[in-house]
Amino acid sequence: MNTPKNKKCVSYNKWGYIFLIPFVVTYLIFQLYPLFSTIYNSFFENYMAQGGLIQVGPNFVGLDNYKELFSNANIGKYLGNTLIMWIMGFIPQILVSLLLASWFSNMRLRIKASGFFKAVIYLPNLIMASAFSMLFFALFSDNGPINKLLMSWGMLNEPFRFFSNIWATRILVAFMNFLMWFGNTTILLMAGIMGIDTSLMEAAEVDGAKPSQVFFRITLPLLKPILVYVMITSLLGGLQMYDVPQILTNGTGSPVNSTKTLIMFLNDHLYSKNYGMGGALSVILFVITGILSLFVYRSMVKKED
Amino acid sequence: MDSYIIKEENTLGIRARRIIAHVVLIFMTLLCLFWFYVLFINATRTNSEIMLGFSFLPGDMLVKNFKNLLADDSIPIVSGLINSLIVSGGTAILATYFSTMTAFAIHAYNFKFKNAIFTFILMVMMIPTQVTSLGFIKMLRDLDWTNQLWPLIIPSIASPTVFFYLKQYMQSCLPHSLLEAARIDGSGEFRTFNTIVMPLMKPAIAVQAIFTFVSSWNNYFTPALILTDLEKKTLPILLAMLRSKDWSTLDRGQVYMMISLSILPVIVVYMFLSKHIVQGLTVGSVKE
Repeated sequence: MNTPKNKKCVSYNKWGYIFLIPFVVTYLIFQLYPLFSTIYNSFFENYMAQGGLIQVGPNFVGLDNYKELFSNANIGKYLGNTLIMWIMGFIPQILVSLLLASWFSNMRLRIKASGFFKAVIYLPNLIMASAFSMLFFALFSDNGPINKLLMSWGMLNEPFRFFSNIWATRILVAFMNFLMWFGNTTILLMAGIMGIDTSLMEAAEVDGAKPSQVFFRITLPLLKPILVYVMITSLLGGLQMYDVPQILTNGTGSPVNSTKTLIMFLNDHLYSKNYGMGGALSVILFVITGILSLFVYRSMVKKED
Repeated sequence: MDSYIIKEENTLGIRARRIIAHVVLIFMTLLCLFWFYVLFINATRTNSEIMLGFSFLPGDMLVKNFKNLLADDSIPIVSGLINSLIVSGGTAILATYFSTMTAFAIHAYNFKFKNAIFTFILMVMMIPTQVTSLGFIKMLRDLDWTNQLWPLIIPSIASPTVFFYLKQYMQSCLPHSLLEAARIDGSGEFRTFNTIVMPLMKPAIAVQAIFTFVSSWNNYFTPALILTDLEKKTLPILLAMLRSKDWSTLDRGQVYMMISLSILPVIVVYMFLSKHIVQGLTVGSVKE
């Protein structure tokens, strides 16, 4: 009885391979080959000299590109910029999201029009980052609407030059990241809170726990896996920060390179065809994101069980 | 008596908390929408009106700004819109169709490397495209494939995140008995996939189609490095070009109009489908 069925399965299972062909072929050509090519290029000196007139290399230079990258103080500065702007956006993002998620999932609060609120706070996540940045540049420009509003309200006497001030520009980048991501995080955390057994909270309330105690002693500890997931994926996203500071500062990372991120630095190399240095930088980014991805992978596998 | 007092306190507390929650939510709503309100208002005003100051009421220059934008040869908005539509539409179709196929391969069949491939896809899912873009762009430049739209579309056949979401959904909606029934009725595997699996997966495919469309519509990093010909550029690149122009000489009405046009399609679609999109967000990602 078993043998013919097994035989039948075997004959069908070749379709598993056939259906995988498009994915595997595309992945090999457009992802895996470029990855190896990136690593390969990082060991070569290969750039355009004299304003793109003469190509130097490719000459094999071993680890020289990496040495040059690390001896140059800029990469540390750009990593610092990226992390500073990520953290400035992430802290309010996680706090606001936790608060909103706990409200949305609290049945006793009976939030009105919660569907509408969820839809609105998620909206900025779908907006084209380059358009959003161009909009913020226009709104916060020296004689833009924000300055006009602040002056008409008497909060400013003369226009505040947002894009000449290091921290004002960084805060704007962080604020935009916050606006674009807190809705997404809220919805993720909400799903997490919904997954918690409500009888635990009810039991605590029956025992006389205050709402804040329920939140800090029960909800938060049980949410820890999801919070870790949110934090790592957000850090992964933060390391890729590019569109917002690039457009907002017209690619310069001004003032004085204080908003230049790692990917903006990579973009400079890609644009000027410095494949050696760009490769080395890509490999470093690959290693960092690869390690972070492993954490995400582990948390996903745990959930699968 | 004691318990009565406690109960009273709790209900009072909850009323206050309910009010605070709604006030904060309304504030966050305004914080999210304010920028777009200013954007759409200013898209209807002239440059000189905008320079004078902000107004909460729209002007009457909507059509004029639109015409000015169309007439501006340095920013080819029409070809930009068409290019963006081709790339995003193509990406959405290929990513969802082939990711469903990949998910089906892993879900419905047993073969030697099944688990290895599934694990591999999960592991590479989070690696950002930027870290391999050097090799990708160098390959396109070496083969002289730049300034074409297809290199932005074809790679989406391998979309690990779309695959993962669809695989999760497939587990809950596609029983193996259904495939057996189709086989007994004489349907070939490929036909089963197209006529039974694809329709069954429609809700999940729709959500993922929207997400891939939007992320491709908004994509700036790779297209900006590949598309250097003016008439090949997509909307985000045109916006970056606008940013690099001398700000003081630009017609502000036209700038706001251009930003509005770039984000309006997404906002309109979202207005109709927001419920499904917000629900769809959590199905594939975090699940207890």
